[in-house]
Amino acid sequence: MYPEYNSDLSMGQKVLLNATEVQIALHRLACQLIENHDTFSETVFIGIQPRGVFLAERLKQLLETEYKIKNVRLGYLDITFYRDDFRRSGKPLEANTTSIDFIVEDKKVVFIDDVLYTGRSIRSALTAIQSFGRPLEIELLTLIDRRFSRHLPIQPDYRGRQVDAIGNEKVKVCWQENEGEDAVYLVKS
Amino acid sequence: MSELSVKHLLGIKYITEDDIQLIFETADHFKEVISRPIKKVPSLRDITIANLFFENSTRTRLSFELAEKRLSADVINFSAASSSVKKGETLIDTVNNILSMKVDMVVMRHPNPGAGVFLSKHVDASIVNAGDGAHEHPTQALLDCYSIREKLGDVAGKKVVIVGDILHSRVALSNIFALQKLGAEVKVCGPKTLIPKYIESLSVTFEPNLKKALQWCDVANMLRVQNERMDISYFPTTREYTQQFGLNKAMLNSLDKEIVVMHPGPINRGVEITSDVADSKQAIILDQVQNGVAIRMAVLYLLASKIQHHED
Repeated sequence: MYPEYNSDLSMGQKVLLNATEVQIALHRLACQLIENHDTFSETVFIGIQPRGVFLAERLKQLLETEYKIKNVRLGYLDITFYRDDFRRSGKPLEANTTSIDFIVEDKKVVFIDDVLYTGRSIRSALTAIQSFGRPLEIELLTLIDRRFSRHLPIQPDYRGRQVDAIGNEKVKVCWQENEGEDAVYLVKS
Repeated sequence: MSELSVKHLLGIKYITEDDIQLIFETADHFKEVISRPIKKVPSLRDITIANLFFENSTRTRLSFELAEKRLSADVINFSAASSSVKKGETLIDTVNNILSMKVDMVVMRHPNPGAGVFLSKHVDASIVNAGDGAHEHPTQALLDCYSIREKLGDVAGKKVVIVGDILHSRVALSNIFALQKLGAEVKVCGPKTLIPKYIESLSVTFEPNLKKALQWCDVANMLRVQNERMDISYFPTTREYTQQFGLNKAMLNSLDKEIVVMHPGPINRGVEITSDVADSKQAIILDQVQNGVAIRMAVLYLLASKIQHHED
């Protein structure tokens, strides 16, 4: 992962958020969640596999350590089998682990993903979560919201930063625990 | 490695160890899916699958059908007993007629060895062999190995004895290929008349004594005596077979270790295995059936992902 990320540097990429800005955004998102969810007793977090889980874990950790909110429930949802581009994309779709050890029936679910782009992943997640019960409501939190690129009428309830990126640009979110630093880049391909 | 090396699943002989591992990893995900309150995913919603059964089957047909439905595929069923096959239609004609109705995949069981291989050379659809005569039954071998992996952590390095009618058994042949590809050691045990002459050429050893074979193994796969495939008498009486090669509780208890007991079903209780063994904790017969659905979902999903998508 790391060497590949380094090689991107030479291709011309722009820093959208540095480590401090990521921290500020995370704190703001945490505070906004607290405003709406109070004690989180009826709230569950669902990190969308594979990249949403880093953000979800960070937010859970932040809420628990900085804001003293205990027992934030977090599950991971893999949407591979629900995607609408099966047999349409060039490469085969590889599944990740789904792990939801609580019941979502009548719970306030918060979907957490790193980048909201076309909205198709979230559409798939909306279908997938129904296999685990009927939530009371579902909200969407993303660190980066790519404006003007939606294929479906899906918008985030909480967003870290809104970004205008054109077709051949890619938003890359890096995490300390995976890529060695917290940062968001706009990569030109 | 996230793609199968083949377009059809005709036999374990034709796939690689990587293919088997990919099927297992995908099956792990499907096993989680079928433990959910809603056990269905929409992956194969634009795929139509024909189940062609030219030979009787309960477990395999139901397992495939359930796997297909849990993947949201459209399913059509065909059994030879009530079809135009009886009127003299050839296999290729029958299948081409079905395929002209826009079928993408064919799951076929056929009494003739090689029927799947033959068909794959003449039709466009993706073929899954659900048993062809005494040749192969790949999904059974996959679910058997998957069950061993689940029970013992890994297949590599394990010692497996296959007991009974090896000569007429497609399950035995597919199991031998799969177990060896995954690094297990295989012995066969049974009446000499029911052991194929070529068995040693597969690097499989023959052990005529059941007690010795069980003492050696970690897993015993007890096969059914396939009376329907026997044109002559291969052993004097069923009673004598049971005395020599039937597994009972006393035999199991006399071993100085606990082995895993498997059976591909249907069981002839009291012949190859007694009821108390079949229902004991050491037997994973029902786990095998449960894993069968996840394995078949994985195979169908991975093969379907190789079918070209057409806009029309």
